[in-house]
Amino acid sequence: MVKSSTPPRPGLSRRSFLGSSGLAAASAGMAGQAGAQTQDAPAIAPEAQPKVSFTLTGKKRTITVEPRTSLVEALRDTIGMTGTKIGCNHGQCGACTVLMDGRRINSCLTLAITVEGAEITTVEGLADPEGNLHPMQAAFAEKDAFQCGYCTPGQILSAIGCIEEGHAGSAAEIREYMSGNLCRCGAYPNIVAAIEAVRDGQEG
Amino acid sequence: MDNFAYFRPGSLSEAIDQASAEGRDVLAGGTTMVDLMRLDVQRPDGLVDITGLSELEGYEIGTDRLRFGALARMAEVGDDDALKAACPALTESLWKAASPQLRHAARLGGNVLQRTRCPYFRDTAYVQCNKRDPGSGCAALDGGVTSLHAILGGSEACVAMYPGDWAQALIAFDAEVKTMGPGGSRTIPIADLHLMPGDTPEIETILERGEIITAIELPVIGAMRGSHYLKARDRESYAFANVSAAVGLEMEGDSVKDARIGLGGVASVPWRASAAEEVLRGQTFSEDLAREAGRVAFAEAEPLEHSAYKIPLGADVVAGALMTAHARAKGEN
Repeated sequence: MVKSSTPPRPGLSRRSFLGSSGLAAASAGMAGQAGAQTQDAPAIAPEAQPKVSFTLTGKKRTITVEPRTSLVEALRDTIGMTGTKIGCNHGQCGACTVLMDGRRINSCLTLAITVEGAEITTVEGLADPEGNLHPMQAAFAEKDAFQCGYCTPGQILSAIGCIEEGHAGSAAEIREYMSGNLCRCGAYPNIVAAIEAVRDGQEG
Repeated sequence: MDNFAYFRPGSLSEAIDQASAEGRDVLAGGTTMVDLMRLDVQRPDGLVDITGLSELEGYEIGTDRLRFGALARMAEVGDDDALKAACPALTESLWKAASPQLRHAARLGGNVLQRTRCPYFRDTAYVQCNKRDPGSGCAALDGGVTSLHAILGGSEACVAMYPGDWAQALIAFDAEVKTMGPGGSRTIPIADLHLMPGDTPEIETILERGEIITAIELPVIGAMRGSHYLKARDRESYAFANVSAAVGLEMEGDSVKDARIGLGGVASVPWRASAAEEVLRGQTFSEDLAREAGRVAFAEAEPLEHSAYKIPLGADVVAGALMTAHARAKGEN
């Protein structure tokens, strides 16, 4: 078994050639002209700075992203809303969970450019304008459902999805349908208790 | 992650045209693609995002046929009550896979193309990987940890395991994959879609450049209603299979009229255990018969240094899945 200290890198790729030749910049002007695209005229070239528009916690946003920018990077770095956390960055821990058109997803595995027209809900959008917490936020506080708090925004968004999907029928079902959110502090029993409390209408 | 060109085609024909250029990949849910791009394992020049092609969405649970659009989501199909009644192994293979977040993003067409979780494939710090870099060797076979590798279908070049769940259920019930590509449309039996690694583990399917999965279809058969997907894992939820079995039984009195067995977690490709099915067909069902089918399912297995455990576990998983399927086929649960 041979392991190198640095990943092997191929030589000049077609991508880096495009980037240095100006071809990509020339084709960037094709953005949006769907009918005129051919396979040799990228809709959005690697070096283009395309815009993407979406609704974020009720407010219209139009931002400039690279094609490779993930949704969580756009939320945190471009928009400056840091409630959504980056944990593993590979879709394994759930810290980056947001709701996209009502569905919970991993925003680290979602390219920002693909959310055009979507409605994104992050933890910043849960409290009402007067600052009253969402019932799930209140339940997490009430039931002591966190310790360090890093996974908590993702846990709360996922918990809201869990109930709305109808998968909070029992503690066992909650555990199954919350398995995409890891908590290194091990607050799991209290997280389940918080979800049960909201399901049973004990909060809010 | 390297940057890349991004395409958002307005039609399937435009998507095929764009995806036909060298170095480009098709993007649907992205849960495997973006992950492997972030690891530098996949480095496309361009991504063709087909999620705007609404004609690839949706699914139909018919009385004679099941049809799943390539963009149907794992979560919505895994939750479908009509499908659960028609073929519980199919819904179970979906909701027992991945996490809710991944299942909301991942699409059924992309799911069957999920790539291996072999740690030496996923970590570019390992120089040897014939799948990632043909001819470089195999770090798993050269002293690696092989507890999660294939014991069926592997070759001297590659023992990476096909990790999915859905495709194992599909292969048990003779699903067909519908595609559209530069050469037109075709219907591919799912048993023919994936290629054994042989000397060319880098070539994983028979799909041609620019060929896009549009739908997955299955005929409704008698062994679907009495079916079960049993998945043995290191932890109870959100883990890849050590061994899984998608089984279906159709009974005629106490006699097995039809038996279907797909295996996961153990093979290079979605695996149909045809010899084990033959053990069952025409016989009076019993636990002993189910256990015999389980043993036969792994008779040809070639364990690696750390994967011998999969053979007795696999026999138990097949037998256990058959017991549940039998109860369902008899209407007992």
